[in-house]
Amino acid sequence: MTSIREMRDGVRNKKLKAKDLVSEALKKAHDAQPKYNSFISICDESAMKAAEHVDKLVASGKDPGPLAGVPIAVKDLLCTRGHRTTAASKILDQYIPPYSATVVEKLEEAGAIVIGKANLDEFAMGASNENSAYGAVKNPVDPTRVPGGSSGGSAAAVAAGIVRAAIGTDTGGSIREPASFCGITGIKPTYGRVSRYGIIAFASSLDQAGPMTRSVDDSAIVLETISGKDPRDATTADIAVPKWSENLKDNVKGLRVGLPKEYFADGIDPEVRKVIDNAVQLLKAQGATLVDVDLPLTPHGIAVYYIVACCEASSNLARYDGVRYGLRTKDAANLLELYEKSRGEGFGAEPKRRIMLGTYALSSGYYDAFYKKACQVRRLVREDFLKAFAKCDLIVGPVTPGPAFKLGEKFSDPLKMYLNDVFTLGAPLAGLPGLSVNAGFTKEKLPVGLQIIGPHFEEQRILDAAHTVETHL
Amino acid sequence: MAFETVIGLEVHAQLLTDSKIFCACSTQFGAPDNTNTCPVCTGMPGALPVLNRKVVEMSILTGLALQCEIRENNVFSRKNYFYPDLPKGYQISQYDEPICVKGKLTFYVDDKEKTVGITRAHMEEDAGKNIHHGEFSLVNLNRSSVPLLEIVSEPDIRSAKEAGEYLRALRSILLYLGVCDGNMEEGSMRCDANVSVRPVGEKKFGQRVELKNINSFRFVEKAIEYEVGRQIDLIEQGEKIAQETRLYDPDKNRTISMRSKEEAHDYRYFPEPDLLPVKVDRAWVEKVRTRLPELPLDKLKRFVSEYKIPEYDAQILTQTRAMAEFYEEVAKLTSNPKAASNWIMGDLLRILNEQKKEITESPISKEQLADLIKNIDGGKISGKIAKTIFEDLAAGKYAGEKIEAVISKNNLVQVTDTGAIEAVIDKIIAANPGQVEQYRSGKDKLFGFFVGQVMKEMKGQGAPNVINDLLKKKL
Repeated sequence: MTSIREMRDGVRNKKLKAKDLVSEALKKAHDAQPKYNSFISICDESAMKAAEHVDKLVASGKDPGPLAGVPIAVKDLLCTRGHRTTAASKILDQYIPPYSATVVEKLEEAGAIVIGKANLDEFAMGASNENSAYGAVKNPVDPTRVPGGSSGGSAAAVAAGIVRAAIGTDTGGSIREPASFCGITGIKPTYGRVSRYGIIAFASSLDQAGPMTRSVDDSAIVLETISGKDPRDATTADIAVPKWSENLKDNVKGLRVGLPKEYFADGIDPEVRKVIDNAVQLLKAQGATLVDVDLPLTPHGIAVYYIVACCEASSNLARYDGVRYGLRTKDAANLLELYEKSRGEGFGAEPKRRIMLGTYALSSGYYDAFYKKACQVRRLVREDFLKAFAKCDLIVGPVTPGPAFKLGEKFSDPLKMYLNDVFTLGAPLAGLPGLSVNAGFTKEKLPVGLQIIGPHFEEQRILDAAHTVETHL
Repeated sequence: MAFETVIGLEVHAQLLTDSKIFCACSTQFGAPDNTNTCPVCTGMPGALPVLNRKVVEMSILTGLALQCEIRENNVFSRKNYFYPDLPKGYQISQYDEPICVKGKLTFYVDDKEKTVGITRAHMEEDAGKNIHHGEFSLVNLNRSSVPLLEIVSEPDIRSAKEAGEYLRALRSILLYLGVCDGNMEEGSMRCDANVSVRPVGEKKFGQRVELKNINSFRFVEKAIEYEVGRQIDLIEQGEKIAQETRLYDPDKNRTISMRSKEEAHDYRYFPEPDLLPVKVDRAWVEKVRTRLPELPLDKLKRFVSEYKIPEYDAQILTQTRAMAEFYEEVAKLTSNPKAASNWIMGDLLRILNEQKKEITESPISKEQLADLIKNIDGGKISGKIAKTIFEDLAAGKYAGEKIEAVISKNNLVQVTDTGAIEAVIDKIIAANPGQVEQYRSGKDKLFGFFVGQVMKEMKGQGAPNVINDLLKKKL
């Protein structure tokens, strides 16, 4: 399959036609849909129209941009103007946003073509993509297994070869975990790197969008396209966006790679451990130095994350009340019933669970013990990372304790599902960039991702290390 | 038992920005329903707020005028509750880190100074408006996210009258600063009152009741008076005051229970993660301070000492900045500040009231009024003639014309020539022999009759002092 670089160069040089790339991607998307269910909507008409537009630009001597004619899937959490955007929830089943997310606008301005809206866990809440009102997504590597979540549809669309790149979002691991489970690359940028405007909010202080791709180079190209200060998102950082793809190098010489002992403790699947150890040795062989570091608050990250994220979610999801848009119950006798029934019918079990947890933790009398305390511990988690980065340049470890699990395996036990996030929560809690790159396979041929976490705004360092792993594996 | 009333007021002032607090939509009042809206102020999925810097600046300015401490670290919080006019399901407000704290407001109540502490003032967004049509309810979100400054007073107010004066003084400051139009009827200034009573001498506060929906100056005083009476009655009957929120019904002039303590919302405040804390540094505060105008109370005191006018006059003349400026200009142009005050307080305010006009729309310009006064003081026209000219100006005559031109065109110059006046007096004396006889036999009151007759004959243009002198001689 052609890389993003090859595709856009081909389109720019008139060797490839955007129309052909897009119609091929659309065909694959339709063919794969019964197998993997990776899309909630496929945008045939608008995608073909956009492709023709790109081809016309090229024909008239204009440059459609650095993603010229590249078909792309976008998680159905990002608003697309005029296209149904559901967040995988019945409550937004018929919702058509009047505007597009900044990320979508940037992709389209760069010449990329959105071919479909990828499936996800409802409101990005989940680690298996089984919490979707539009059905579970299946892992293209092994369709009896989950693709990971919440960006499971995005990961599956890339892993199944439908698109070279998809946009996911990561709140507690929702890009890195499915990337690892599906054997692709996924990067969650530094908090503030990518605009959240138009991305349906789950937990505002944690959410970040990022690319999920076949290769590190693909990720770098997409990431540099969607990054940057956005006047519509006050939390974006006013910091220059480097040309990561042009600077990308297979070189880790002299780099101090931190190994947190909490990430290599008991409880990790031995097969996963083997792949990770092997990747660490690879980095060493390429000239990196290995350093032991401590992230002692790692186990507390789960409690902190689920309090902070649920509190923010309980408030973020309050707007789905059946008044202005989205599902409205057919039989409400009064205002209270309108709220209770619309929300009762519209939300699935996981959002309901998290709304209740968050509402409780923010309530008068509980705020100090839960939300406030969680925010304090969150600051300590960040300090832990900053301390570790005084001793090393990057932190590496597994993405999850085990590989992709079976569909239904953890579905009925939310706590078990939450524990799966133990290694991915640190980066978003601390606002750090984190990436998953495939580092090998278990005996059962299940992909295992190596997680690489860097200091704030050091995406280049992470991408370079991932590129080294990818090159020498 | 004698009771003391304790009142604290919460005033919501709509800030006069062009755009809303968190989006670029217009704040203009009266636009067609739901047209001043966008994804942000309608709470669309994924939309994010961005703070309007003007809101912070107007809040700093107001805080400085209320002698507040301006806090450096400003955090916005979410106040969570469900209501159809609240599109996001939460209001973005400030909770424990407001922009202004620890201020005070001094004003006059019956010619005595009163100072009320300002607990805090914080920035927040307004909600939309629910409109009920028979069995349907509709929502208009034009007002959603319009910026408000909520100004909370200490419980330092002791009567309904003081509450009214506090509100008037606050409104006057907001108008001076140009941060709010102060229109209570249109809702750009709204007031809630926390009211309690306690036996005189008691240190502890009584149970307070929150009064909502008091949207005019008149209603504020009436609502508080009613509520104080209700509370005293209950206590005297041995009953307890319930902690509750009550609504004022202006038609029936009474308050009715809206919700009890048990039904009170738990707003689940937490810091708004979509907005970064706003740092208001000293340099910013000092820059805003340079825009602080002379405030009503300072102006009032200066007018009293500089122009030697009564405090009562100064109070009225300083109620709005435009009025004060009008007065001061006339006073300076004429070097007769007392006359300037008399004309404005009397005739001009009456005319403005009759014509329902603001001072800025006065049919008589500052220059015209000043020239009228100067011509009286210079003896060129009589006060009576001046009044006639004034009424003509008020009726729209001579707009933009110079007073001198009006006087000469209409030949209104006062006659001081003794010969001319004597001739008229002689004529009047000759025509009224009976009255002359009566006057000379001691009926002094008839003097006025002669003055009147002479004036009438001279169409009001005779100089009164000359007429008086000559009449006395001739009679």
